[in-house]
Formats: sequence, structure tokens, C-alpha cells
Amino acid sequence: MSLRKLLLPLLIAAASTTHAAKTDLVLGMQLEPPNLDPTGGAAAAIDEVVYANIFEGLTRFASDGSVQPALAKSWEISDDGLTYTFTLNTGVKFHDGSDFDAQDVKFSLDRARAETSTNAQKQLFAGIENVEVSDAETVVITLAAPNGALLFNLAWGDAIMLSPDSFDKAKTDPVGTGPFTFSKWVQGDRIEIARNPDYWGEAAKLEKATFKFISEPTAAFAALMAGDVDAFPVFPAPENLPQFEADPRFQVVVGSTEGETILSTNNKQPPFDNKLVRQALAHAIDRKAIVDGAMFGYGTPIGTHFAPHHPAYVDLTGNSAYDPEKAKALLKEAGFEEGFTTTLKLPPPSYARRGGEIIAAQLREVGITTEISNLEWAQWLEQVFRGKDYGLTIVSHTEPMDIGIYAKADYYFQYDNPDLQSLMSDLESITDPAMRTQSLQKAQQIISDDYVNGYLFQLAKTGVANADIVGLWENSPTQANDLTAVYWK
Amino acid sequence: MLRFVLKRLLSLVATLAVASVVIFIAIEVVPGDPASYMLGLNAEPDTVQALRDELGLNASKITRYFQWVGGMVHGDFGTSYTYRTPVSAMIADRIGISLPLALYALLLSTVIAFPAGIIAATRRGSVADVSIMGATQLGVAIPNFWFAMLLVLFFSIQLRWFSAGGFPGWDEGFFAGVKALTLPAVALALPQASILARVMRSSLLDTLGEDFIRTARAKGLTTRQTLWRHALRNALIPVLTIIGLQFSFLLAGAIIIENVFFLPGLGRLIFQAISQRDLIVVESVVMLLVFAVVLVTFLVDVAYAVADPRLRAQR
Repeated sequence: MSLRKLLLPLLIAAASTTHAAKTDLVLGMQLEPPNLDPTGGAAAAIDEVVYANIFEGLTRFASDGSVQPALAKSWEISDDGLTYTFTLNTGVKFHDGSDFDAQDVKFSLDRARAETSTNAQKQLFAGIENVEVSDAETVVITLAAPNGALLFNLAWGDAIMLSPDSFDKAKTDPVGTGPFTFSKWVQGDRIEIARNPDYWGEAAKLEKATFKFISEPTAAFAALMAGDVDAFPVFPAPENLPQFEADPRFQVVVGSTEGETILSTNNKQPPFDNKLVRQALAHAIDRKAIVDGAMFGYGTPIGTHFAPHHPAYVDLTGNSAYDPEKAKALLKEAGFEEGFTTTLKLPPPSYARRGGEIIAAQLREVGITTEISNLEWAQWLEQVFRGKDYGLTIVSHTEPMDIGIYAKADYYFQYDNPDLQSLMSDLESITDPAMRTQSLQKAQQIISDDYVNGYLFQLAKTGVANADIVGLWENSPTQANDLTAVYWK
Repeated sequence: MLRFVLKRLLSLVATLAVASVVIFIAIEVVPGDPASYMLGLNAEPDTVQALRDELGLNASKITRYFQWVGGMVHGDFGTSYTYRTPVSAMIADRIGISLPLALYALLLSTVIAFPAGIIAATRRGSVADVSIMGATQLGVAIPNFWFAMLLVLFFSIQLRWFSAGGFPGWDEGFFAGVKALTLPAVALALPQASILARVMRSSLLDTLGEDFIRTARAKGLTTRQTLWRHALRNALIPVLTIIGLQFSFLLAGAIIIENVFFLPGLGRLIFQAISQRDLIVVESVVMLLVFAVVLVTFLVDVAYAVADPRLRAQR
């Protein structure tokens, strides 16, 4: 008591000085990136550190998901939609002091689409026929066929710009053009980045930021509570959120992500090759119970494979409304009055493990028995994704605008519909926004009507941060922690 | 003595050779491909092939085994698939945390257990004995991760004396490093200290009942002199065994504590590497742990021989 009295003035003094000067931020993340090169791996954690902070592309995503100019300040599209002429920003320098110019653009794009490329999203560059340097500030990209999604594709973390002199260091010592420079990586513990004093655009407000890796949900909770971490943009334990909400020291930020969480169904494995069975499955699922039970209420129900915050979204949840009686009737019609047994293979995330238990109970109500097995990611990729040895699985598809996967007949759903395939291939060449919207809506309708998968909910982004932090992304149009505009009140 | 040590060394090498084969086979049969893990859901099949080529995963298993073992003999553990940095450097970084943590915990548990065990044994049946034995009972029963969480709740969240976890790195100063390892070391030491104190007590009680103790007393030594000169030294053999076992456990078994305190130690490295199918890292770390355990057993054997001349003579 007396000690506290003695220390109190000191503490207040310390608090007020640090408060005024606070220009550093410690950000918690559950997974550590395996390396820092977004052009050579799919791990979301890579982009969560480097996207928009260290590396930039020709275009970029803003927090609302719209595509904005980045290293390219403007572009012109030829009337036939085949030629894109990009004008680059001037005075842009890589962190090692070398100039960024059109040669670097050509190098980066050619490297990403090369035959030996190990880019995890190589399909983003599929339609590019040629990349040509017309002068230091102008690049011309020629396409084989019109591609309305090109600017969107170039905004991905996988399409960032690297220099031929430093690209091979990107994995451990990244050299980019962004508002922050890489300072230090203590593997297993943290990555530190610092403000880039020579940034070509508006300088970052923070002087320093640290990404700290805490995989255990209880440890994440303790780290926030103890003040070791200032923000946890994707907080791993939704059950603790009410506690943070009630605490004035913290703000809870709930936003949207690009993660469509679905009950993926093996469309070629009997009895799921029968549409009536898939329809029965869809009606047997109570989405609200899953969102409440597995996600503690965070998540928006979806009726198709499309993000609800996207302007082209159609709400088709009514198409597969919860109706166990109808599900039973449909099963009877399909010849499964007695029900059947299938496999439900669950990857590690809690949405899958918790959601799986609830779905298993709901399916049991209509007579479908599921054998649950819990898999690690590597096993899941091998058995389910590549081996297609599964009946049902739950997974969140976090890539933005990924409805195109339904046009891949050999994708792990094994959904083969020529109508959808031609619709999606036509879409690639449509550049008119209204017509694109129309096609996308039609595609949503087709997969919903075919009950390809059980559509559950859009994953929410539930973050916790110190109440004085401003400017963190609320939504997650791509998995990133853009710190450019973040500051302390 | 020299022959004894040589014989032990030979069996050490043989154990390591067998272990390397077992580890390699066990880890290679686990399903899951590191390249497809790294490239995720949208990767084209030829991209996965290109990465497998780059990582050298397409070579035959026998070639890869000999490359791995051959490298290890020269101290080269290969390059991590996911991190793309030399495995030996990664291991060195992680040992810089796991080894001090294990030693710290061992030191704490010994410092607590020795006096506790001696007091309990020499004052058998007293209040001190009963309360020490009660406390150790509790110490053995409480799971250390739960105790760790209590420590965090109290010392980090309530009092804010320590951070809830993480490790600043030794370049931030010795004191900062020790401070970061204190709560984890306490959490790890509690059950170990309890076990050790109980072993110390019963071993000392056994020894104190031996004839040579009576002889020593009859020679006119005081209780204290008998205890320090004769009883303790003889009671130490089973205690050394336990310390040896505990050290291996502390080095390899700290995975849970490292997760609770998000310490970048060997345990977390291996945990991460398994889920990412970074096979070469898993193989090398497991091999290293086997080496550590075998080495500690070897040292304990030698320590027996030093503590007890009869063991030397027998061989």
C-alpha cells in the first residue's frame, strides 16, 4: 500500500511521457511467417507482415477491398482490352538505395510467370503474353485475351515488385519499396520493421513496429492483458472477446474477411454425386447454430461462395434454409431413407473443429452419420485436397474473389459443370463493370442451385487493440496488416 | 576407468547410428508434402514440382538419408525447407534459449530440493517433514502448464513484474534474458523440485539406516559430520540418476511451457516444423535431442563411477 503510494507519482510521470511519445507498436500474430517472400509461398503470415509495409505492387488493395494505384500512378487500357500501359511513380527507391523503374516491373512479372516459378498464385499472371519496357517510367503489358481482373490480380501480395539485385534476399532480408524497412527477425519470437525515411509517398506515422508471434490463444490473451502486445488484429480466441469489450483499455474490432467457410463436399463420391443428397445436406445445416456455437456469434451466414460485403453479392441463404424435415424428404426421394455414413475430415482451425462437431450433430438429426477425423494441415492437403479422399470437410477459402475455383473440374470439390466453366472463362474477357457483376451473380446462383457445397458463413475478422490505436484495418480484403496509417491517439 | 569410458563411448555412437535410421524412417513415412504445404490451395501442380526440385525433395530416400547423416558428421544440418536458412543456425538460436532455460530450472529445482529433502529426512516425522512432504505432493500433482498460467495471471497481468512471455534475445542484456526465463523456469522447476526432494528424502533415510552410519556414529562423529561425510555422498547416487533424467526431460519436454510463454525454444521449433512438414528440421532437432539425452546418460554413468568406486572396479 505504502509502496504503491510512493510509486504512484513516478508511474504517472512515466505513463504521461511514454503516452505523448509513443510511436512504436507491438502487433500480435498467431502464426510466424516461414519466410518473408510473398512471391514464393502461400502462407498468409508472409503478407500479414510485408504487404503494403515492406513490399508494394503496381496496384494495391485499400481497406475496403477496392483496387488503388500503388507503384503505378496511372494506367491506360486499349480499346480491345489487350494492352495495359502503366505509368510508374517517379523517385521511387528500393530500401537498398537503388532506383525502382520499369525494368524491375518486367523482371518481377517475368519471374512470377516463368516456367520454373514457385509463385503460389501463378494463375494470376496466366493471361500475360508480354511485358515490355517502353521507358524507365512506362511499362506495357500485353494480354493473350482481355482480362477484366488484371488490375485486381496485380494488387495481390504475390504480385509485388522486387529488384533483380535483391530478390534472392527477400526470404530473410527483404528489400522492397514500401514505407517500412526490415530491421530484424528473431526467429520464433518477432520481426521488427522501421519507418523508411526515404519513402516516395506519404511517410508512415509509426517509427517502429514489431510483429510478435504467439500461437497459444491463452498466451495471446495474457500478452494483451499484460500490455506486452498492443494489438492482435486476428485474435484467436473469440470466447474472450466480451471480456475485452468490457475493458475500457481495449477496443474490439470486428470486420469482414474474404474467407468463405464452407462444408466442402466431394461431388464425385457417392452419394454426393446425387444432387438431391447435396440439397438435403444444405437444408440439414443450421447456420445460425454454427456461427453461435463455433464462432461465438461472429460471422455472416452465406448461401453461396461469395463475400457478402462485395457489391456483386447475392443473398442466397434462403435457397438452403434450415429445414430438417425437407432434408429428410429429399433423402427419401434420393433413396436414402435410412440415411448413410460418410467421412468428415477436419483441418486444425477452430472454425473447423468446433463447427465440425455441431454439423455432425445436425446431420445426425436427418439420419446422416459422420465419421470425424481431425487432420493436420499437411495431412489435409495430402488426403483431402490432393488425394480427394473424403466425403465432407470444412475449410475457409480465404483468397479474395475465388469463385473461379468452381470452374476447375479437378479441384477437390470435383464439381464439373460446363455451363459454369464457360461462364467463368467468358468473364475473364469482360471488362465492363456492370456486365462483370451480372456474370458473377449468375455464377453465384448456379453453384447455389447445384448445392455444390454446404455454404456456412463468411469468417469475421475479430481483432483486439489498445483503445488508443487508430488506423488499423477493420476488414481484411487481403490478409495484411497495413500499418501505413496507424498511429497512437 | 579409461576402459569404462571407452566402452560407454562406443555404445553412445552405436545408439546414435540406430537412432538416425529410426528417426529418418519414422519422419519420412508421415504423410504430407512440404512443398504443397508451402504453396497452399491455389498452386498449380507444376509449381509444386518446381519447388520440390528446388528443395531437392525429388532425390531418392537413400540418397537423402546419406546426405543428411554425412552433413551432420561435419556439423552441417542442411537447409530448412520453409525458412530457407541453415538448420544449424536455427538450432543454435533455439538452444540459446532452451539450454539456459533447462539449466535455470534444474538449478532452481536442485536449490529447492536438496535442503528440503535433507531437512525432511533428518527431522523425520516433524512438522517440517510433514509440511515439506505435503508441499511436494502438491508440486507433483499440479500440471506445470496450469501452474505457468497462474504465474502469468499473478506476476504478469496483476503485478506486471514480468512480461507474459516472449524472449528479447541475449543481445538485449544478460539480465533481460534471465528475467524473461524466470517464470518459465519456475513453472518447470516446481514438479521437478518436488520429485527430487522426495527422492532425496527417501534415499537419505535409507542410507541413514545403514550399518556404516552406526559405525561412523560409534567412532564419535557428530550427527552433522556423519551426514555430510558419509550419508549424503552415498544417498547421492539415486538423486544423480533423477537429475540426469530430469535434465533430458527439461530440454525436450519444455514444449508446452515454451508455448505458454511463447518462447522461441527448441520445443516450439520442432512443433512448428512438424506442422509445416519441414522434415529436415524435425529430423535434425530430434537427432540433436537424442544426442543430448544419450550424452547426459553417459555423463551420469561417469559421475556414478566417480561417486562410487565400486562401480569402476566391477567393469
